[in-house]
Amino acid sequence: MSTPILEVSDLKTHFFTRAGVVKAVDGVSFSVGAGEIVGLVGESGSGKSVTGFSLMGLVDPPGRIVSGSVKLDGEELIGLSWDQLRALRGARIAMVFQDPMATLNPVLTIGTQMRLAISAHDKTSRRAADARAAEVLTRVGIPEAQSRLGSYPHEFSGGMRQRVAIAIALLHGSQVLVADEPTTALDVSIQAQILTEMRDLAAETGTALVWISHDLATVSTLASRLLVMYAGRIVEQGPVASVLRDPRHPYTAGLLRSLPATAEPGQDLFQIPGTTPSLLDPPPGCPFRPRCAHASDMCAADPPLETSGERGVRCFHPLRETVNA
Amino acid sequence: MSGFIIQRLLQAIVVMAVMSVIVFAGIYSIGNPLEILIPPEATQDVRERTIARFGLDRPVVEQYFYYIRNLLQGDLGRSYIYNEPVLQLISGRLPATIELVLVSVLGALFIGVPLGMLAGYRPDALSSRIIMAVSILGFSVPTFWVGLILILTFAVELGWLPSGGRGDTAELLGTAWSFLTLNGWSHLALPAINLALFKLAIMIRLARAGTREVMLGDTVKFARAAGLSEWTIMSRHVLKLISIPIVTVFGLELGSTLAFAVVTETIFSWPGVGKLIIDSIKNLDRPVMMAYLMLTAGLFVTINLIVDLVYALLDPRLRKGGAA
Ligand SMILES: Nc1ncnc2c1ncn2[C@@H]1O[C@H](COP(=O)(O)OP(=O)(O)OP(=O)(O)O)[C@@H](O)[C@H]1O
Ligand code: SF4
Ligand SMILES: [Mg+2]
Repeated sequence: MSTPILEVSDLKTHFFTRAGVVKAVDGVSFSVGAGEIVGLVGESGSGKSVTGFSLMGLVDPPGRIVSGSVKLDGEELIGLSWDQLRALRGARIAMVFQDPMATLNPVLTIGTQMRLAISAHDKTSRRAADARAAEVLTRVGIPEAQSRLGSYPHEFSGGMRQRVAIAIALLHGSQVLVADEPTTALDVSIQAQILTEMRDLAAETGTALVWISHDLATVSTLASRLLVMYAGRIVEQGPVASVLRDPRHPYTAGLLRSLPATAEPGQDLFQIPGTTPSLLDPPPGCPFRPRCAHASDMCAADPPLETSGERGVRCFHPLRETVNA
Repeated sequence: MSGFIIQRLLQAIVVMAVMSVIVFAGIYSIGNPLEILIPPEATQDVRERTIARFGLDRPVVEQYFYYIRNLLQGDLGRSYIYNEPVLQLISGRLPATIELVLVSVLGALFIGVPLGMLAGYRPDALSSRIIMAVSILGFSVPTFWVGLILILTFAVELGWLPSGGRGDTAELLGTAWSFLTLNGWSHLALPAINLALFKLAIMIRLARAGTREVMLGDTVKFARAAGLSEWTIMSRHVLKLISIPIVTVFGLELGSTLAFAVVTETIFSWPGVGKLIIDSIKNLDRPVMMAYLMLTAGLFVTINLIVDLVYALLDPRLRKGGAA
């Protein structure tokens, strides 16, 4: 990995609800190199989005970052004021969300929305802003960008809308882009197109990508490194090829076995038994324990993160042999 | 867009035609104006001539078509009581009502929307709770009671403001207006506040509900992720997103207040249309009642039409659908 542009250590984000404390992110550590693409995968509710919002300083109440550190290019973000963070958001660290129909404002033109995003950080003339907007739109693959600045979001297709959202996030050449399932709402062919474009774009601009998805297969085609998240923690991390070939955590192994590509034709898909645990006042010990075939009495304690080389795993009984030949 | 306008215009004409029948039938059935028109000591000859002069001896259907024929020629009839053309009578009183209503409805809009947005932005803050308390008060206290309290407090007890009338006026476009003079404003203040309170409560409610909903959505979160300031997000994104229900209610309130400012006008002796109508009902002055109700219906139809057009301007998604 190259020099880290983003370093997250022991990040904890909890929601203080009436029913109790939801430990959505509970001790997450990882780092991302400049220009690197990292995939953050995990089942629904594992805390991926909350991790993303925490990086941006955009956790909604009753949620709060309780402890930990987020360093962007060496600068600590936790503890910065709203205004200091605002100056960073969209300029040095940016984010796109799943549903572009909901993120873009339906009653403002694309041009207006892009101008607002530009003037959030740079005071430029309207003409210069338009030129910049058109240039970035062209870069994300929108034809005749100049003439489309006056269009409204509903005049674009789903894929084009997401490209517009990505363009807005990239207006200021952020060092890090957090992409929270940006292709999940799109159909498969568009999804593949955007993935390829994003990879090229990241390489071209040197933007590091944190690509959030619950779909291990898609992420694997894009990312160089994988972070597997379960119940608010990263349970396994490492280079994509290495993790796919040789998963150490029983949860990762289960995820891999449940991919359609690994099943024999005609055979039922494998499913990890049980359901995602509630993050509301979780019991101590390994959160995967109720669903794990390898659990022992030891697992009643919290497994620490064991690292060796580029691999890391949070399990007392990591798998040794290769599961998928 | 033009297809949409034509369609809405045709609808408006049908509505007006139906209204005219209902209104005519209604007014015909509430009482015979003869007792008021003709002094009891009048001779049989005078009686008959009067009845014939007003066309009251004709069958009701014939009276209706006679009325409509005149209406289409711009003749709304003459008041039985004032013996003046109704149109002249109403238009003489209209500026007073328009000015009172505009001041109160616009005041409610420009004060209520920012307050509501503030309350929706920080729903738990003390300031938001105070704003909501004011709006609950505005909803639950009857207009006439507030009017009396205002007069008692500011006119009688404190003596700061006059309790009635229009005060000094100045000419603009050939009409006298109070809002052009300082003294006029002092007369305008109490009735305008009285009339505005309920509308203010509605505007606060609407803006707050809309803001709360929009604030939780991804549009605001994405704008924040792009580094927009909270002020820009509120003034550019949120205001535009919540404006559609606000425009609707603004239009309807404008219409209903123009038509029904009666209570406030009566309490503050404001010489507007409302007072004229109360008198015309007391006197069974059919042409005035009829004209007033028809104008009111026309007003609502027009406002609805304008609101629909403004929608299309505010929401780009409606423009295509409307033309289809
Ligand atoms: N505002 C909130 N109040 C309470 N709990 C919350 C709130 N937002 C998120 N959570 C909890 O945080 C946990 C993680 O949610 P998050 O949205 O990060 O999951 P995710 O991994 O992104 O899932 P998905 O794939 O469905 O998007 C969930 O258990 C959720 O219930
Ligand atoms: S720590 Fe124990 S329960 Fe948890 S994944 Fe490893 S073996 Fe399973
Ligand atoms: Mg999510």
